[in-house]
Amino acid sequence: MSFFARFAQNRGALVGLIILMAIILMAILAPLLFPESPWRMVQRPFLPPLETEGFPLGTDTMGRNVAAGLMHGAWVSLLIGLVSTTVALAIGVPLGAIAGYYGGLVDDALMRFTEFFQTIPNFALAIVLVAIMQPSITSIVLAIAIVSWPPVARLVRAEFLSLRHREYVEAARLVGQTNATIILRQILPNTLSPIIVLASLMVATAILLESALSFLGLGDPNVMSWGYMIGAARTVIRQAWWLSFFPGVAILLTVLALNLVGEGLDDALNPKLARERS
Amino acid sequence: MTDTLLSIRHLSIALPHGADRDFAVEDVSYDVARGEIMCVVGESGSGKSMAANALMGLLPKGVRATAGEVVFDGQDLLQLTETQHRALRGLRIGMIFQEPMTALNPLMRVGAQIGEVFEAHNRLTPRERQARALELLTEVGIPQPEKAIRAYPFELSGGQRQRVMIAMALALEPELLIADEPTTALDVTTQAQILDLIGDLQRRHGMAVMFITHDFGVVAEIATRVCVMREGRIVELGEAREVLEHPRHDYTRALIEAIPSNAMPAAREADQSAPLLEVRHLQKVFRSRGGLFKPSREVHALDDVSFTMARGETVGIVGESGSGKSTLGRCVVRLERPDSGELLLDGVDLTSLKGEFLRRERRRVQMIFQDPYASLNPRTRVGMAIAQGPIANGVNRQQALKEAGDLLDLVGLGVASAERFPHEFSGGQRQRIGIARALALNPELIVADEAVSALDVSIQAQILELLEDLKQKLSLSLLFITHDLRVAAQICDHIIVMQHGRIVEHGTAEAVFLSPQEAYTRELLEAIPGRAQVLATA
Amino acid sequence: MLYVRLIASRLLKAVIVLFMIIILNFFLIQMAPGDPAAILAGEAGATDAEFLRQLTERFGLDQPLHVQLWRYVSGVAMLDFGFSYRQQVPVLDLILARLPATLLLTGTAFVLSLVLGIVAGSLAAARVKKPSGSIIMALALIFYATPLFWVALMAVVLFSVYLDWLPAYGMYTVGAGLEGFALALDVGKHLILPATTLALFFMAIYTRMTRASMLEAAQQDFVKTARAKGLKNSVIQRRHILRNALLPIITLAGLQAGQMVGGAILTETVFAWPGIGRLMFEALQQRDYNLLLGIFFFSAALVIVFNIITDLVYRLADPRIKEAS
Repeated sequence: MSFFARFAQNRGALVGLIILMAIILMAILAPLLFPESPWRMVQRPFLPPLETEGFPLGTDTMGRNVAAGLMHGAWVSLLIGLVSTTVALAIGVPLGAIAGYYGGLVDDALMRFTEFFQTIPNFALAIVLVAIMQPSITSIVLAIAIVSWPPVARLVRAEFLSLRHREYVEAARLVGQTNATIILRQILPNTLSPIIVLASLMVATAILLESALSFLGLGDPNVMSWGYMIGAARTVIRQAWWLSFFPGVAILLTVLALNLVGEGLDDALNPKLARERS
Repeated sequence: MTDTLLSIRHLSIALPHGADRDFAVEDVSYDVARGEIMCVVGESGSGKSMAANALMGLLPKGVRATAGEVVFDGQDLLQLTETQHRALRGLRIGMIFQEPMTALNPLMRVGAQIGEVFEAHNRLTPRERQARALELLTEVGIPQPEKAIRAYPFELSGGQRQRVMIAMALALEPELLIADEPTTALDVTTQAQILDLIGDLQRRHGMAVMFITHDFGVVAEIATRVCVMREGRIVELGEAREVLEHPRHDYTRALIEAIPSNAMPAAREADQSAPLLEVRHLQKVFRSRGGLFKPSREVHALDDVSFTMARGETVGIVGESGSGKSTLGRCVVRLERPDSGELLLDGVDLTSLKGEFLRRERRRVQMIFQDPYASLNPRTRVGMAIAQGPIANGVNRQQALKEAGDLLDLVGLGVASAERFPHEFSGGQRQRIGIARALALNPELIVADEAVSALDVSIQAQILELLEDLKQKLSLSLLFITHDLRVAAQICDHIIVMQHGRIVEHGTAEAVFLSPQEAYTRELLEAIPGRAQVLATA
Repeated sequence: MLYVRLIASRLLKAVIVLFMIIILNFFLIQMAPGDPAAILAGEAGATDAEFLRQLTERFGLDQPLHVQLWRYVSGVAMLDFGFSYRQQVPVLDLILARLPATLLLTGTAFVLSLVLGIVAGSLAAARVKKPSGSIIMALALIFYATPLFWVALMAVVLFSVYLDWLPAYGMYTVGAGLEGFALALDVGKHLILPATTLALFFMAIYTRMTRASMLEAAQQDFVKTARAKGLKNSVIQRRHILRNALLPIITLAGLQAGQMVGGAILTETVFAWPGIGRLMFEALQQRDYNLLLGIFFFSAALVIVFNIITDLVYRLADPRIKEAS
């Protein structure tokens, strides 16, 4: 069975993929449909949804177009989710690979380091980092990457630990392959499936983290994001609940879609488990 | 005739879609009488355990009986509801399994797990259950039963756990005991003890035993009757003695021949003047690393091991698990570094090599691994897997791949298989690929670590034949590590017997096998199931 | 004896981690753009040059780095987290006053999520192919994907604004002057929404983990042994499968403790729950970095305590550990 056929067997994963496509489309179309900055005040504030033409989701406390904010916010969420996950992988994969392959003292030292970062409450550290570096896309990406690499390192280490004494790896050592070749050619390719699955879930977590940071007022002040929209409308929730409601649904759907896609990838990449699960 | 307890009639069990065949067993019929031991013999995939699982109502998901009946004491078990079936399990039919290490709940005390059998069938008070558990543990011969009853499974050895399993199965005096390969995972000497125990209990309680095994030696040892299965069908069925002495089917004959007799291959004298490998006073201690607050532990895996082997010779290292035989092999190929002692290969000391020097010298000693499913990278084409060694040692890619093709031809797989991936091959074929890979670097010495242990008996014979053939053609020097004295006797010129990290006995294969000097070697030989019976009939 | 040794080694580890966090804090202050004195004073508010000079002197900010580090570390070691110049109160006092509220909230949410998660997960595992099992898993998936702060806001809209069942803000009714049982009841009422919303996300995690872990345990050989004994399915599920499946969940619960403290920042912010999470939000808004880092240190300490507890529980649950360690 082909990779996609196995993926598509998981109905939820297919739904997730469709939602995800829609959100990516939103992000791409945002500058075309709403060429004006989502920060511009364009109407009187507190317009309810579905009442004024051109403002399907109404306006916010400052008279900004909620629909425009939602579309532009998709772009920021996806961007931060992807970039911060890439950075986290770039830290976690080499660390985990080296710790797992060499073992011994190297492993001990690297794992103490990883455990340290795992002990620190994630979100609190992210807050402190962004607050001190000053909120910007860069600082947010860095903060999210710094708090999310430990699980990657642990996963890769565990895979390497179990694979490094696998007979084919020992055979590679015996025929005289160098450590670099063994790590890159023999072991790493066999750890890719779980890394890909974890990465798809990490993008989801990163989007949640970003929205939480923006909600607390730690978003990049130059870009519109879903978390910011909810945070800004928090104080007027009694009068205008919809201002918080729609961006929240957008986050929920994006994160849900990514999780579903992650599960589908898991099924497709680890066919044996999928059969037991269904 | 005898009093039939269990009667299997035209039983067919279907496998789920996508399996390698449609039926696990097809149109199988046999009986088990009260008080007899029925051995169901077959290699992996023969479907030998399926009927037993069906009658216990323990078939894996997706597998179901499609035709026939399983009549136990007048009742067709296939027609029972789950509740009726459950009432039978443990009470009238007991079962023990292959893997004693995982068959017990790791978080429950042994006594509680035995007590559960009574609880499941509402027998006795909790206090009486523990008293009975203690009696049972005593009966199955566990040392210090008062202590064992309060122990957790991890505190017991494999043999002891299997005894606990037997105690559990016997708790309610079932009429039928199903033993599914109960000795396969155990060391030879433990295996013999468990076999004795089962035979003994069977006589004392007069129950029927359905004994599932791949080993005809076990049949010779305990069976009343035997049923030989292959690919889901019965090949031969009859009185054990009759089948052993006059097998009618070739397949049965091949299985019986795997029982060691005293027939030895012709001994060859190798030239001892210039030894290829000299092992001197090798020491290796494994330490579990302690922390700041916990003590470390030591295991002497190799304790002053010395021997020499000549060029072109095959030396067998034989021992049970924990004897240090594998550590010895891993030291020789330098996957482990010995603590002290010397390993001289053609006069060069391998122990002192490190880093880049070691990497460059590695080609001189190569290894054939145990598990054909783990020894090949699933993502590397077979040809490339063989060529990787020469490439790492500076041969150009084109040339290396061409030579890999030739090697595949040599081990009987054909040049075309180079383009395929490991999962397209069977276990025996993969082992051939592993041999080709070991040969690719023209090593001076090959270490074969349990190289045929994971294979079925019939495949084992083919691989041994291939090795024998290659030895002749390429005059290989082979260090053959195995737990199986029978296999060692077939292929080795010299045999070294190890126990607890030391060499117990060292001599020509003939001498060790036919006139062992040490008590431990004799114990190992006597423990081989069926050997005594075969020798008696020969 | 074994436990004494164990706790000693865990405490030592905890001290090392806390020490590293102090050092991290120190370098975070150094890393921040601008004058460290201004940062300690709370940025925008401290335009007074004389005040900044005093701060510089007091913290030795004109001294070489290692002297500064030493002053900072020894200060924290004596439980001196400095002064919140914004609120004119020592940081430690501020935090200690708010700590009990956070402990109450996170503790309740922790127990709630763990109990409900394990129950839901084992139900889902027992009903693998049935609709009821699928519904549980779908709900878990949705809760897992929902932003915590948003659920909290929506809960306020639904249960406080629209239905008017539960109070939306604070920990008790201000000015009611309640005492004893009435006060406890009042706090309990205020606790329901924040604790439930905080628990939802973690409940989803435990549900998924329990189910996966139980399905895995069900594949083990000893389950077949249990069936061969003739045990009832319900007994096998509970005594053999669930008990073995719980071990990884205990480990996970320890790891999730950190996330829970992070989640408390969001829930406390939305519900104006007077804990250290809300305090962190206030510190953030006022750019009161000294207070921020103090809270950060305490939240890490809290996580370490949680971890030690789960570690001990694990050792109680798994007899094999005693031998192995």
